[in-house]
Amino acid sequence: MAYIPHTDEDRRAMLAAIGLERMDDLYDAIPQDVRFPDLNLPDPVSEMEIMGELQALSEANLEVQHVSCFLGAGAYHHFIPSVVDHTLRRNEFYTAYTPYQPEISQGTLQAIYEYQSLMCNLTGMEVSNASHYDGATALAEAVILAYNQHRGKRSKVVLSPAIHPQFRQVVRTYSQGMGLTLVGDESLDNGVEELAGMLDKDTTLVAVQYPDFFGRIEDFSTLGEAAQEVGALLCVVVNPLALGLLTPPSDFGADVVVGEGQPLGIPLSYGGPYLGIFTTRKKYVRKMSGRLVGETVDNRGQRGYVLTLTPREQHIRREKATSNICTNQGLMALAIAVYLSVMGKHGLRKVAELCYHKAHYAAEQIAALEDYSLWHDGPFFHEFAVTCPRPVAEINDRLIDYDILGGYDLGQDYPILKDHMLIAVTEVNSKEEIDDLVAALEEMAHD
Amino acid sequence: MIEPLIYELSSPGREGVQLPEADVPQTEFPKGLTREGLPLPELSEIDVMRHFVRLSQFNHGVDTGFYPLGSCTMKYNPKINEDTARLPGFAFSHPLQDPEMAQGNLALMYGLQEWLGEIGGFAGVSLQPAAGAHGELTGILIIRAYHLDRGDNKRTKILVPDSAHGTNPATTTMSSMEVIEIASDERGNVDLNALRGHCDDCVAGLMLTNPNTLGLFEEHVTEVIKLIHDCGGLVYGDGANMNALLGVVRPGDLGFDVLHYNLHKTFSTPHGGGGPGSGPVGVLKHLIDYLPDPIVDVIEEGNDEVPPLYGLVRPSKSIGRVKSFHGHFGVAVRAYTYMRMQGKSGLRAVADHAVLNANYLRVRLRDTYHVPYDRICMHEFVAEGCWEDAPEVHAFDIAKRLMDFGIHPPTNYFPLIVREALMIEPTETESIEMLDAFVEAMIRIAEEARSDPEILKTAPHNTPLGRLDEVKAARQLVLCCRPAETNQS
Repeated sequence: MAYIPHTDEDRRAMLAAIGLERMDDLYDAIPQDVRFPDLNLPDPVSEMEIMGELQALSEANLEVQHVSCFLGAGAYHHFIPSVVDHTLRRNEFYTAYTPYQPEISQGTLQAIYEYQSLMCNLTGMEVSNASHYDGATALAEAVILAYNQHRGKRSKVVLSPAIHPQFRQVVRTYSQGMGLTLVGDESLDNGVEELAGMLDKDTTLVAVQYPDFFGRIEDFSTLGEAAQEVGALLCVVVNPLALGLLTPPSDFGADVVVGEGQPLGIPLSYGGPYLGIFTTRKKYVRKMSGRLVGETVDNRGQRGYVLTLTPREQHIRREKATSNICTNQGLMALAIAVYLSVMGKHGLRKVAELCYHKAHYAAEQIAALEDYSLWHDGPFFHEFAVTCPRPVAEINDRLIDYDILGGYDLGQDYPILKDHMLIAVTEVNSKEEIDDLVAALEEMAHD
Repeated sequence: MIEPLIYELSSPGREGVQLPEADVPQTEFPKGLTREGLPLPELSEIDVMRHFVRLSQFNHGVDTGFYPLGSCTMKYNPKINEDTARLPGFAFSHPLQDPEMAQGNLALMYGLQEWLGEIGGFAGVSLQPAAGAHGELTGILIIRAYHLDRGDNKRTKILVPDSAHGTNPATTTMSSMEVIEIASDERGNVDLNALRGHCDDCVAGLMLTNPNTLGLFEEHVTEVIKLIHDCGGLVYGDGANMNALLGVVRPGDLGFDVLHYNLHKTFSTPHGGGGPGSGPVGVLKHLIDYLPDPIVDVIEEGNDEVPPLYGLVRPSKSIGRVKSFHGHFGVAVRAYTYMRMQGKSGLRAVADHAVLNANYLRVRLRDTYHVPYDRICMHEFVAEGCWEDAPEVHAFDIAKRLMDFGIHPPTNYFPLIVREALMIEPTETESIEMLDAFVEAMIRIAEEARSDPEILKTAPHNTPLGRLDEVKAARQLVLCCRPAETNQS
């Protein structure tokens, strides 16, 4: 067996050392009536065969490299420099565990420290943890932080309706036993002013998205001030790639900045694994859940890194811990650290600018079509909602014949936005692809 | 300093990537919404590559050496898994594309759900939870929803044995339930009398790790589960230790109502320096409707010519989404690859050899390191890392000294019910030669503890860094660095 090195002789010698005769004797403690079930599982296959099988399965999927992809809605097709995957394939990184033993885990620890630094600098915040599972769970953890910060005495959370629908669903799942009231997202009409109007002394946190689910960007400074006035925390959910161009949310007075890290060098991979960004102010660091790496020195006087503030964590605090989380998305944090290092100051800015210009070109062309219009005016980043002359599913069915993966059907989450398509454009979309999309949309408006 | 930080390697004007010029007309940026500086480093590609390769060389991984880290199942991660997960059809499919154009992914997920269900004895499985602790949260929320749905509103207590992993009590609190700790008996089992005393109509459930964190199969598991069921509670299984049970016994057959699996332990997906993991949850029939949204199901049966049509489905009384999209799909591909290659016979062999290796180490080490619960163990065992005639030496020192032999230390100071605990899990992928080399190193360290304790107290000696000052790290929090010219954000 390829992954089990024991020979017959090894087994005999080991059983003899233990004082047993047969392998089955190892399981005497297990109730006999349920021991050794006859499982309905397939027989083994070789490495050669499995590759063929999985190749066939993978080819039953549409993949974004073979089409023009205009689908985003929280997961984006971007260029990923080769250096990123070459680093992830380093055995020393991906076959290591959580860095509990810092003397032999400096690679992981320093990479996470660099990830934390890059996140702080990108978001403008003071502290970043080592990451959460994804953007949605990071937002749920922000709610828990605020709830704990107010010692459970404030029970209202205000959520913008323009936060990713799945993120809001996860917040509801996480908080179902906490006795919280979640308001704000019941109507799409609830903009910054309306949300600010909902804040009161019982509000623990108000959350908005930037750019929002529809791609729109706006200044949240007044909301930040309103939150501060009543002592509520402001949480901004970001697309980190947009921060290559946009004002960092720290400028709006954000207390917590969370987000989906996928756009920063992580492949689409049908939705995961991704990474949840979680950054905040230093004054909340002891309430923040998740792993955290800090700088220190060793007994030889050399600089080094360790997991720190572990007393917040479940293995020490048990039922008094800030969260049950005991991992981060280690390898995904490494991907982001490598991506941002190689893209650098100029590269990330350029990618963000390309996304912006291409999306605006596409929006302008589509808006010029007779039967289509932009759902919103005002600034946006690389995604925009379009009012369509027929159901989005129908349009997408037709677009695929042109090798175009159309945008997201907003009617699924917002009944009021029936026949509205959310279109994402990134640096990978050429002008030709955009022109083809526009031509195809025009054609199918009429027949 | 053994390697500068990425920001310290930065040089103004350097670029690491070449991007195409814009092929569309430029649009003016919105006023007041763009940033001035972007405080990211500036390096060429070679700088970046060398930096991260150097960093990797300061790590110990399964591919560099033995990793007997108890409760973590640090088995070999087959390389083919890395290749299959990167097949373009998997790696470049979008989570929101029409399910009809993602049938390969859905077929794979459905297959994995079915196999996990078969191995665990469960009627339904969700792949959504992102990690073991996330699976625990999912499981406890399912138990909560089940009781509430029946109008049984006063069940707020979760019973947790004192040997449990810290995530169990933390999860309970996170689910707004109350933790009741249950003592262990002198053989390392749940103390039945202590348990009986807490069984009443306020019990929502019990969280049970089996084999437990001592590596022992719960000898009264049937009675324990019956006690909980008799008082109306449900039993949650922490499947962290499933490696010992593959093809040996199914938790569902024992009466566990819900259990989480760790694909990154039992099913060989890499730990990645602390993630991504994957913590699917399996449930018996009466809990299927509460599974998180979505699960993969057959929408239209197939036949000899046409494959079935798969879709994403929301269970009728679902607790809701626990993360966005469909779980850690890339991890699921790796686990699927492994399970398919092992097949029925291979998975049983995994359990057999994991248990064989652990017992071999237990008998070879028990004369040197006291094993407080010394009976046939499952995939791991716990020894004490201390001796009366070497009072200054602690488990911590033994752990640090092992690094000098190129071996990752066992888990130490856990479980809490063993003093100076060393929790040792060799896994099935290690050869007898490797185990013998480990035993030799451990015996030599035990000798040094008496003859030259200083060498243990100051260990490690052969690693790039010596012992790190964790107190300083926590007192003078330095959690990020800023670019040299700074003040530009």
